[in-house]
Amino acid sequence: MALISFTNKGIYCKQGDFYIDPWRPVKLAVTTHGHADHVKWGNDAYLCHELTKPILNQRLGTDLKIETLPYNREISINGVKVSLFPAGHVIGSSQIRLEHKGEVCVVSGDYKVEYDGISTAFEPVKCHTFVSESTFGLPIYKWQPQELIFSQIRDWVSGNRDKHKTSVLVAYSLGKAQRLINGLAGYGQIYVHHSIANLNEGFQKAGVALPETTRITAEIGKEAMQQGIVIVPPALAEGRWIKNLTNPATAVCSGWMQVRAGRRWRSADAGFALSDHADWPGLLSAIKATEAEKVFVTHGFTATFSKYLNEIGIASEEVKTQYGNENEEEEEAVT
Amino acid sequence: MRRFTELIHQLEMSNKTNDKIAALVDYFNEADEKDKPYVIAMFTGKRPKRPVSTALIKQWAIEKSGIPEWLFAESYHSVGDLSETIALVLPPPNELQHRKLEEWISDLAALKGKDDAFKKEFILHAWDSLESQERFIFNKLISGNFRIGVSNKMLVSALARQSGTDSSKIMHSIMGKWQPDEVSYEELMAGAHVNTDNSWPYPFCLAYALEALPESLGEPAAWQAEWKWDGIRGQIVKRNGELFIWSRGEELVTDQFPELHFLLEELEDGTVLDGEILSVKEGKVQAFSILQQRLNRKTISKTQLKDAPIGFYTYDLLEHEGRDMREEPLKTRRALLEKLVDKLKQKEIVVISPVVEFTDWDQLAIIRQDARSLNSEGLMLKKLDSLYHSGRKRGDWWKWKINPYTVDTVMIYAQKGSGRRANFYTDYTFAVRDGEQLITIAKAYSGLTDKEIKEVNSFVLKNAVEKFGPVRTVKPELVFEIAFEGIAESKRHKAGLALRFPRIARWRKDKKADEINTLDDLRQLLQSTLT
Repeated sequence: MALISFTNKGIYCKQGDFYIDPWRPVKLAVTTHGHADHVKWGNDAYLCHELTKPILNQRLGTDLKIETLPYNREISINGVKVSLFPAGHVIGSSQIRLEHKGEVCVVSGDYKVEYDGISTAFEPVKCHTFVSESTFGLPIYKWQPQELIFSQIRDWVSGNRDKHKTSVLVAYSLGKAQRLINGLAGYGQIYVHHSIANLNEGFQKAGVALPETTRITAEIGKEAMQQGIVIVPPALAEGRWIKNLTNPATAVCSGWMQVRAGRRWRSADAGFALSDHADWPGLLSAIKATEAEKVFVTHGFTATFSKYLNEIGIASEEVKTQYGNENEEEEEAVT
Repeated sequence: MRRFTELIHQLEMSNKTNDKIAALVDYFNEADEKDKPYVIAMFTGKRPKRPVSTALIKQWAIEKSGIPEWLFAESYHSVGDLSETIALVLPPPNELQHRKLEEWISDLAALKGKDDAFKKEFILHAWDSLESQERFIFNKLISGNFRIGVSNKMLVSALARQSGTDSSKIMHSIMGKWQPDEVSYEELMAGAHVNTDNSWPYPFCLAYALEALPESLGEPAAWQAEWKWDGIRGQIVKRNGELFIWSRGEELVTDQFPELHFLLEELEDGTVLDGEILSVKEGKVQAFSILQQRLNRKTISKTQLKDAPIGFYTYDLLEHEGRDMREEPLKTRRALLEKLVDKLKQKEIVVISPVVEFTDWDQLAIIRQDARSLNSEGLMLKKLDSLYHSGRKRGDWWKWKINPYTVDTVMIYAQKGSGRRANFYTDYTFAVRDGEQLITIAKAYSGLTDKEIKEVNSFVLKNAVEKFGPVRTVKPELVFEIAFEGIAESKRHKAGLALRFPRIARWRKDKKADEINTLDDLRQLLQSTLT
């Protein structure tokens, strides 16, 4: 019998009687990571990586029942062996490995294969069944090395400073923001929106070392920010908030910026294709490394990607889930 | 080509005209001298013949990237631009090469007449020596099709600022026939080639749409009203024994309209007329759908000459006895024009566009309501003391159009947009009711706000009934009011008729799909325009 099935509540493991990243309330939600489309409020209990806990507390409240695990330690739930492996997507993000009677299944949530300097590096896990995303599952998505993108961002920031412009980077609060902070440390004082500052504090309490940043409050002068770097979440990208800064120049940091249409759709001055998702070669190499017999594709370019996998001899099927979709698509679009 | 790639990037990243002009000025300050005329040529739509067909380019890209053809097609649907898709799917370059824009263009031109194997080797080698941004530009050079939101006016403003030349001179200079390999940037700015050629048209004076009430224009006595004709804007140039007819698209269309060739005999040298090319039968202006039968044809049959005879309604005189009249007030130009038309021996084909007499704005508003019966789109209001401006300038010329036709339809298909909108469902197909059936009547993609597009996009994601390539069939539920300018019979469309300039007027959230218009409603409208 298969270890997982796709139900209208989420990915279900019958043998262990728990769900992975359910979108409706269940008894036990095993959680890959803290993005809104993968973890919802209202479950009786959560199981996640120890660095995902501060995120859940931040986003869903402190009165949750949360069990945590470090990477690579196995526990048993109703006879199913459960362990977490780094997914490299954001801090704490995990692939969930399930094992029962010799059958191994890995649910990867979201992942990227390049080490981003701040999330534990992706680790391929051999399995029979692999559940993959395909957010950027088209051959047009091939990322440049992170170091190259960061040097472009640094050039952009210093160019703005020369022109007395405030550099505003639009990045998802969880993941991209910390990655930018880490990559831009030493290139100017970094000012962050409170949604980012709150998460950073949570991480710092949990023992993650993050470079120093300044929380943006009413007391911070616009002149100070003009010399530094401002990081804000996508929700603020199009509104008045940025326009009120002194001479702002805005850059969106997202994989969607790879394509001109993506860059121009946003009313930004620049776009950097910096993504927390695997690119086309990344998805293919990750999947091949699992040596899985069957690959389920949950979100992104699911139809295209699974058709291609079948053509190259990897049995695959697209499944309908609520990840990376609908309302979250907005947020995910800039993840 | 690096500097040019950077320019394109800057132009794409801003929606602000001032930023774009500044980027252009910087470019023309810094770019290689030889590159500049090529860039101007490209931006003004002077494209060389493409040296390699799209089909071959695509085939080579698919081969080189090692992906199946269907996957390339999927990628293309997502990117929305072929040149860019190719640039992105190819493997990274092995050996970067830095060459001038002009060198690439010349090499591409030299491919003409070579065999496919030679062309293929050249293209593959070029791809392998350029990073993806430059590759994209290179692919655009092959297609010659650069649409990047730089209007002629914007380009002219930048060139005027960079070279310190008057903008109307530059417009005049860059608008016509010149070859980027024959003229230097300096010569082009000085307009050295302009006088040597007889054909040069003046930049058209364009009108803004009047959105306020006409009372805001002040005294009626200061204004001249004319019917706004629904044809092709045309400029007729007669110099040194040669006749040229230019259309608004800066295209020479002399051969398409033999009815007007008598002007070669009758007009004095050094005359330039501005007006509207129309189909006119027995003194009555025909619907645009009639004129359309005559457009963009290489040969014209006798039947076409008979069914859609051409007339020219002239309303301005730009050159008279070899003198540029554009600095003279409209009153003066009009008086001369009336005399000139009066002297023509052949009457009826070239006529003066009549002035609509009126004494107050209310009276004019009532007259305007008759526009449709004359196959006119409304009125033009021109200030009597106005000069003939280059391009669009607010204040002196206004078009006061009558309201468009509208029809309530339901959306039945959606497709992702291209360019800026490639990741959203923005191109919709609309239907009207025909008995129990829904019948496609128009495709439109403009008229919604970004917020509404997102809302419709989410509806499409939830309500896609069927996938057919990039097209999604959706539940017929959303009602849109479609505005359009005209209606014509069409054998190509299932409905048997086609709408002109359809666009979304508004999203009728208050209406249900069973309240939309029927095909019969539209048939009746069609009949009323033909009689």
